[in-house]
Amino acid sequence: MSKPKVLVFSGYGLNCEEETKFAFDEAGGKAEIVHINDLIDGSKKLEQFQVLAFPGGFSYGDDTGSGNAYANKLRNHLWEKIDKFIKGDKLVIGICNGFQIIVNLGLLPALGKNYGDRQVALLHNDNARYTVRWVDLKVEECSSPWVKNLPDFFAPIAHGEGKFYASDKVLKKLNENKQVVFRYTLREICELQNLDPNPNGSLEDIAGITDESGKILGLMPHPERAMFFTQFPHWTYLKEKFKREGKPIPKFGPGLQIFKNAVNYFK
Amino acid sequence: MVVRIEVTSKVLDTRARVLKERLDSFGFKNILDISIADVYTIEKDFSKKQLKEIGQLLTNPVSQKFNINTDSALPNFSWAVEIGFLPGVTDNVANTTKEIIEDFFKDKLRDGDRVYTSRLIFINGKISKLEIIQITESLFNPLIQRVSIKKRDQFIKDSGMDQVVPEVKLNHEVKVCEVNLNITDEDLIKIGKSGIENEDGTRRGPLALDLQYMKTIQGYFKKLKRNPKDIEIESLAQTWSEHCKHTIFADPIDDIKDGLYKTFIKGATEKIRKKLGKKDFCVSVFTDNSGAIEFDKDFLITHKVETHNSPSALDPFGGAITGIGGVNRDTIGFGLGAKPVANVYGFCFADPSDTSSLFKDSKLTQKMLSPRRILDGVIAGINAGGNQSGIPTPQGFLYFDKSYKGKPLVFCGTLGIIPKKAGKRISHLKKAENGDYIVMVGGRVGLDGIHGATFSSEALSSGSPASAVQIGDPITQKKFSNAIVKEARDLNLYNSITDNGAGGLSCSVSEMAKESNGCEVNLEKVPLKYPGLDPWQIWISESQERMTLSVPKKNLERFLDLMKKRGVEATVIGKFTNSGKCQVRFKNKLKVDLDLEFLHNGLPKRNLKTKKPKLLKKKLVVNNLNYSSFEFVSNQYDHEVQGSSVLKPLQGRGRVNADASIIKPIFNSNKGVAISQALYPELTDINPYLMASYCIDEAVRNLVVVGANPQKIALLDNFCWCSSNDPERLWQLKESLKGCFDLATFYNTPFISGKDSMFNDFNGFNEKGRPVKISVLPTLLISSIGIVEDIEKAVSIDPKFSGDLIYLLGEHPKELLPKVNPKINQRIYQIYHQAADNGLISSGISITRGGLKEALIKMFLSGNLGLELNDNNTLNNLSSGRIIVTINPDLKIQFEKLFKGLPFKQIGTIQGDKLSIKGQETNLKSAEKLYKDSFRSF
Repeated sequence: MSKPKVLVFSGYGLNCEEETKFAFDEAGGKAEIVHINDLIDGSKKLEQFQVLAFPGGFSYGDDTGSGNAYANKLRNHLWEKIDKFIKGDKLVIGICNGFQIIVNLGLLPALGKNYGDRQVALLHNDNARYTVRWVDLKVEECSSPWVKNLPDFFAPIAHGEGKFYASDKVLKKLNENKQVVFRYTLREICELQNLDPNPNGSLEDIAGITDESGKILGLMPHPERAMFFTQFPHWTYLKEKFKREGKPIPKFGPGLQIFKNAVNYFK
Repeated sequence: MVVRIEVTSKVLDTRARVLKERLDSFGFKNILDISIADVYTIEKDFSKKQLKEIGQLLTNPVSQKFNINTDSALPNFSWAVEIGFLPGVTDNVANTTKEIIEDFFKDKLRDGDRVYTSRLIFINGKISKLEIIQITESLFNPLIQRVSIKKRDQFIKDSGMDQVVPEVKLNHEVKVCEVNLNITDEDLIKIGKSGIENEDGTRRGPLALDLQYMKTIQGYFKKLKRNPKDIEIESLAQTWSEHCKHTIFADPIDDIKDGLYKTFIKGATEKIRKKLGKKDFCVSVFTDNSGAIEFDKDFLITHKVETHNSPSALDPFGGAITGIGGVNRDTIGFGLGAKPVANVYGFCFADPSDTSSLFKDSKLTQKMLSPRRILDGVIAGINAGGNQSGIPTPQGFLYFDKSYKGKPLVFCGTLGIIPKKAGKRISHLKKAENGDYIVMVGGRVGLDGIHGATFSSEALSSGSPASAVQIGDPITQKKFSNAIVKEARDLNLYNSITDNGAGGLSCSVSEMAKESNGCEVNLEKVPLKYPGLDPWQIWISESQERMTLSVPKKNLERFLDLMKKRGVEATVIGKFTNSGKCQVRFKNKLKVDLDLEFLHNGLPKRNLKTKKPKLLKKKLVVNNLNYSSFEFVSNQYDHEVQGSSVLKPLQGRGRVNADASIIKPIFNSNKGVAISQALYPELTDINPYLMASYCIDEAVRNLVVVGANPQKIALLDNFCWCSSNDPERLWQLKESLKGCFDLATFYNTPFISGKDSMFNDFNGFNEKGRPVKISVLPTLLISSIGIVEDIEKAVSIDPKFSGDLIYLLGEHPKELLPKVNPKINQRIYQIYHQAADNGLISSGISITRGGLKEALIKMFLSGNLGLELNDNNTLNNLSSGRIIVTINPDLKIQFEKLFKGLPFKQIGTIQGDKLSIKGQETNLKSAEKLYKDSFRSF
């Protein structure tokens, strides 16, 4: 079995492409960072990949709304190719700015399979400020291949516009369809550091959703920054605890499983 | 045709709510509601259908709606305030909007088609005219922004705000003038101080050239038997500026012939490198835009710290964002191009609650921004610059003293990583070759930032140029940073690279011209933001986000092609030569013809003299602001991006600000880099030698405490002095440099880079119109980086378990002033490192300026575990070299054996839920109040 090929987008201010590529590679995939202009001019082709990853960053400096300008560019030049891609048996992930981009592009939540239609929004955080911290995440029951065998976990967020917003009607549908996969919740990190579980005022504590098929995932937290034990905010405490209990010190963090799931989907 | 597209929120607008809360906290209690519209003013003949399409491109239909020209459904409001940029000020959103429109219609906007953005704020409530003016004043900065205010009835009568097109119009003949230098000394002084005279009698702005320099220039042109062109004088002023040549550090001083820098900074590094021999870990020091040490067998780590003080005083946001952007370019411009992996910051401000005003002029028309405005703006500037660039910002500090009221100090630093080999080349070496093309990459050139270099070499006064203010564009920089560092570098497409910082092209090109021994520039090739710039302005403009590269002929096409594909503008503006000359043409006519030797080495040496002042004898007073949590800053600066975070800026359960942080810059290596900083400005007037020694000792100790190898620590010096023409200030400078030399050579911690800013003075007027001079406390910032061999051994602040033992390491003689005993400290640091390496230390904290009490409070809060101390003897002691650690009681014997013969003692245990010092108890809540209340509402 050859390694599934992952395309990680770059250009115009996206900036998490390297750690996202690393996460897929570490999980057993073969990731490649591709500048959007190389897809537009045809020197790289979408159909050669199994997974599309829209990483975090600050595309176009968030000007005119986070993710908006990059989504416009995708829509202007690559829409047909992306539409074809998602109709195949393939996977897509958007993390943070990548999530904002694919929401603006209408890949998520695509209720009624209306891909290309904007149905939800990621608004300014309630504190109207860029916010960096760790969050606890509850993994909802759903059939998305992205979250298979994934227990509740924690990961960092870093964004200014991450407040999940949708109309009541859309929210209801999302719940009915089990398209909400991650919710901010009160667990280990928030308990330890005495933090408000919901970092940005997201409606219904929503941190991540999928399309109806579950193959397209978008989330505000950064699983690629929760790959190793030593990235945790409390790892020095845990290390000391495990040491005294005579337990081994773990190497990896919970984020890895998400990337493994993508790789395993094609095995 | 001019059209306004206004985008408003359909849902609760957070920005409006937060703005209301903010104004409320400033005392504007009568505001009932605020709503905001983002306004795009477009000057081009689009059809109705096209305008609608543009509106859709700029609007999120889920949460927003747009209107073309006026809003039919106006919100409740009594005043409308619109804030936009002044002509020529960087408008990033407008630039993105232009790209969005061009990309959609697949058609470039032409010259004359323009887009501008502004923000329209509707304010509702019983608000008087005076109040609305006060509100507006707190929202905008007249140096960069324009504002218009309309009352509701006026707004309705006019059907909205007026259409404003802030176009730059430079209606004058573009030309180069000759400057007559056959003039009296008095007139030479005038040119040096206020600039070349325009035809209308006004002057162009400070050159910061004193009489001796002006006379040398006069002599040079006398020998050439001609008068200089204005652009030649401007060029010399940039290159010879204190900001670029660091003359105070270079010139002989008292009996020190080689000057302060060569003797004490470079001298220290040379001595250490010799001593270390094969163990020398310096790779590139003082010669490049950053300094570099060895990280591991494949990589180098670089570091550079800059200041951006004067610009931050005038436009805090713009000053700070261009400060961090500028130092990022010192990383991209290191060797063949290093990748930025961490930003650091340091802010020295006046107390933000100080509301008394300062003015630049005696008529009290030019008001300086308040300390609070400066603080807010600077913090937001680093937020935008660092976060948008995708560079983590794990380390920084805030420091407060009233002496920073006239000019804040804004330190910005960047660490980079670079493989030792880039393609086929050794990455830290570069050389522009004769015949290489000079290629300017990145942003375009405008009037922004003219006289920045000479301006920062002077005190801030009413003559300070407003054009020195700039706003950054991080995304333009990010685009070329990636294209250069992640692609072109390893393809070996260019021979040399440097950044355009102070002095713009005049400095970057002539600096690189030293490598090939000459350059020829054609200024009309330089892409401009708008027409009408004079050649001298193009040559010295400090417009941001630009690099200069030397590209060999054979690679030119490939290089330009790659840049184009990455959306990066790159333009050939000339060639490097070996003529020995710096030659600049404008439309084929030679305008600059200077010998490189004169340009770079022609400046006369002055003999500086110092005089010992009467040293202050005062007790150090603890300013609570300086020991307060600045969590609100740490958690708005992304320190997780790049996935490299190991020890974070906020640690433990109580999220306590740490003195040092660790990053892991290579994914599959367990090696890390520890980063810290130290300063002690209130000590300079008491004992400058001690001040410098203390800073170095603390910067080293902070790294050792988190787990850095004490044998692999490097330092950077940033001197931010005041009144540096005063012999007494120079004496303090010399003494502090002696301290630097002695401590650095003792610890074998070499300096690898540094920078100075010598005139941090404000000359202006107080509210009563009386002249005031405010000079900063002479401030030395020591920044440190150290290699952590295995990040899994890193030590954090927070105590881990009840029952653990608390130890105090280090001496604490009974003296009021801090004392530095490097001999003993060094031994302690070495043994501490061994103990950490053996896993004997559960938590550790360096005792810094705030003394033992502050350190204990931080430990208490971070662990959320009680500390019971049986000793209060050392509480008020400020000695350097001390560390508190907690250990697992099972390891007591091993631990004590290791430290045998050194000053250490057990001072208590982790127990209960209070901080208890010999019976004196502080509970968690009051400790938290003490530590976190100062900035809780920020």
